[in-house]
Amino acid sequence: MTAAAAPGARGGTGLRARAGSLAGSGVLARLAARRDRVMLPAWIYVVTILVVSTGYSFKGLYKTPASRAAIAAGIGHDAATLALGGPLYGTSIGALTVYKVGAGSALAAGLMSIFLVIRHTRADEEAGRLELVGSTAVGRGAPLAVGLLLAALANGVLALLIFAGQAAIGLPAGGSAALGLAIGSCGLCFAAVAAVAAQLSATARGARGIAIGVLVASYLVMSAGAAARGGGLRWLLWLSPIGWVTQIRAYAGDDWPALLLPVAAAAVVAAAAVALAGRRDLGAGLVPPRPGPARAARSLRSPLALAWRLQRAGLLAWTAGALVYGAAFGSIAHNIGSLLGSGAHVKNAITRLGGQSSLTDAYLAATMSIVGLVVTGYAISVVLRLRSDETTQRAEPVLATATRRASWGESYLAVAAGGSAVVLAAAGLGSGLAYGLRGGGAGTEVPRLLGAALAQWPAVVVLAGVAVLLFGLVPEFCVAGGWSALGLAALRRRDIG
Amino acid sequence: MTEAIAVSGLRKSYGRAVALDGLDLSVAQGEVHGFLGPNGSGKTTTIRILLGLLRADGGTARLLGGDPWREATAVHRRLAYVPGDVTLWPNFTGGEVIDLLGRLRGGLDAKRRASLLERFELDPTKKARAYSKGNRQKVALISALASDVELLILDEPTSGLDPLMEATFRDCVEEERHSGRTILLSSHILSEVETLCERVTIIRAGRTVESGTLAEMRHLTRTSIAADLTRHPAGLDQLPGVHDLDVQDFSGTGAAAPGARVRCEVDTGKLGEVLRRLTEAGVLSLVSQPPTLEELFLRHYAGDARSGDAT
Repeated sequence: MTAAAAPGARGGTGLRARAGSLAGSGVLARLAARRDRVMLPAWIYVVTILVVSTGYSFKGLYKTPASRAAIAAGIGHDAATLALGGPLYGTSIGALTVYKVGAGSALAAGLMSIFLVIRHTRADEEAGRLELVGSTAVGRGAPLAVGLLLAALANGVLALLIFAGQAAIGLPAGGSAALGLAIGSCGLCFAAVAAVAAQLSATARGARGIAIGVLVASYLVMSAGAAARGGGLRWLLWLSPIGWVTQIRAYAGDDWPALLLPVAAAAVVAAAAVALAGRRDLGAGLVPPRPGPARAARSLRSPLALAWRLQRAGLLAWTAGALVYGAAFGSIAHNIGSLLGSGAHVKNAITRLGGQSSLTDAYLAATMSIVGLVVTGYAISVVLRLRSDETTQRAEPVLATATRRASWGESYLAVAAGGSAVVLAAAGLGSGLAYGLRGGGAGTEVPRLLGAALAQWPAVVVLAGVAVLLFGLVPEFCVAGGWSALGLAALRRRDIG
Repeated sequence: MTEAIAVSGLRKSYGRAVALDGLDLSVAQGEVHGFLGPNGSGKTTTIRILLGLLRADGGTARLLGGDPWREATAVHRRLAYVPGDVTLWPNFTGGEVIDLLGRLRGGLDAKRRASLLERFELDPTKKARAYSKGNRQKVALISALASDVELLILDEPTSGLDPLMEATFRDCVEEERHSGRTILLSSHILSEVETLCERVTIIRAGRTVESGTLAEMRHLTRTSIAADLTRHPAGLDQLPGVHDLDVQDFSGTGAAAPGARVRCEVDTGKLGEVLRRLTEAGVLSLVSQPPTLEELFLRHYAGDARSGDAT
């Protein structure tokens, strides 16, 4: 009889345990929302503006059905163009907007969700904050639940705002709702992916790496499916959360049942994260940390070697990214005339930015100018490590050795200068190879675009130098000041044209 | 006597908050010097000025014969520093950090490195993010102790270590003393300073309140006495320098029992007179205890605490 009663009793405590594991979620959720009160609205605002401003400018640029048909034909004609933005369904303003920013804003929503979930789960756990929280009457599952809840809320608001914004500029309400929900549900998928990643890796950095890796892979799978142009690999679009955003066909038939896919996927993956979270120890990951070398490499003996060692992984990622970015934009360069169709505004805008006679050259110059700005961001982020090293006291043991202060600062400046040259060269090489192989002849295009990319280098170094100067003069404001300098440079660049 | 550290009248303010208000500190070459003070009294600020990380507002500071601000690099080649709160690069292993800091100072003794790793039971292959506070401290300690330097500046180096590791640390400092290295040991753990240091400097609110050998300081304090006597002692309560006198009278309770039990605190200068009176009353047993640093400390801060209570 006791044996018969036992399972029931166990079931009872199991239920209670499950309910108890979410105890304290309300308090934690309020705390989390408070911590994110600036960051999260900023993300939502930027993604919404990205979508709605594109729709609005397209309304002005492509007024006639003929101009829309021309641009659509130009896009649909070129596999590389489709790979960048995703498939194009139809020739309406809405459909063109989805092509232009649908996949990109889904990527942004994914990033927002990944950062959000990991900030409230693994990052807190790694920093030891959850240890303190976990010792109070807060359930084991509460932090994960709060992270997912907040992500659901953020993506819901994002979907609503995209719908409202698109409808407000006069696009069909049905399509606007479909686009908002498509982007929001894609964000939700990556919130769930991040929740699993947070269980796998013991570090926030590692968890972010896993989740962003899945995000990038999703984009690449979507690209391959879109580039197939209805060919054999088109089904790939159905395998990627970013592909699903395009397959919902907002403004082109609104395939509502396709929304079930991301929602179901998010639910299944989130359930997996909850199951994993219930099985592991606090602070531990399912991927065990590997031991490292017991001795430092022979070369690790100077401030410069230290700065290089700290920055090399980041530089590698930036270089790879610049190569892919350059290749992507180089590969559509020869087709740029037909892509722009009769959109004289865009042509004007591009020639103004680049100031060259040939449209393709102007386009490439404009691209390089954007690359220059982005690489300046890289260089500034490297030299601002000086400030974070100082505030986290990591600089103290180094400066207490026979290291001159100046050489400590110079080492970061050297990595920023050298690293940005490498990243620029990668962008130039990528675009030169891609453009050259598709038309211009790689032999001439690679050196030409390499030169165009490296021509940005002095400007990059000057702005990194400004950030270092600010670090020396007004350390408290050097982070805000450094990024403001970049913002000013971006604005000036537009004014000059 | 050559001075490894010579600081006088040092001043430093952060805005309106005064951290150092005329601090003096003198450490002789080859001595282990205790640097004592409560939290926020200015120990770490002094050390940061000595390391050339902060610039003093006033006063003078010399370190190994050099100027700590202008000749920082040259001076740092000859010293090693262990901060109280060790922050490391999260994706470096402990072994890498030990090597890096040692090389940046100018050299590391490989044999000592290996033996210290063993004595402190530190796994050098773990990433710094996985270390506890105590283990991060061990990384900095091993790197400092294994470096070829003349001066060690240790800022509360045992605050994260367990008692066993603290004992290991004491042994290491003992060895360093024998090999002639100078050590400045900042601490608020008095027993540590008491066993390790020849001389101590006590600071409070950015000022030196006392400095000297422990023997010199004991001069200023009281010895506690507990004695069983055959008879009631005469006239102890009238002697100057006797405090908290407690005499229990047992006369008439039985022949084998002592006549009286005496407990008191005696100013060190009056000890001879008190002992004479006790001997006259027939000493059966006598326990005398030297003042501990805790008592020295309490005397310096007790006034503070009381005035704090009063307001």
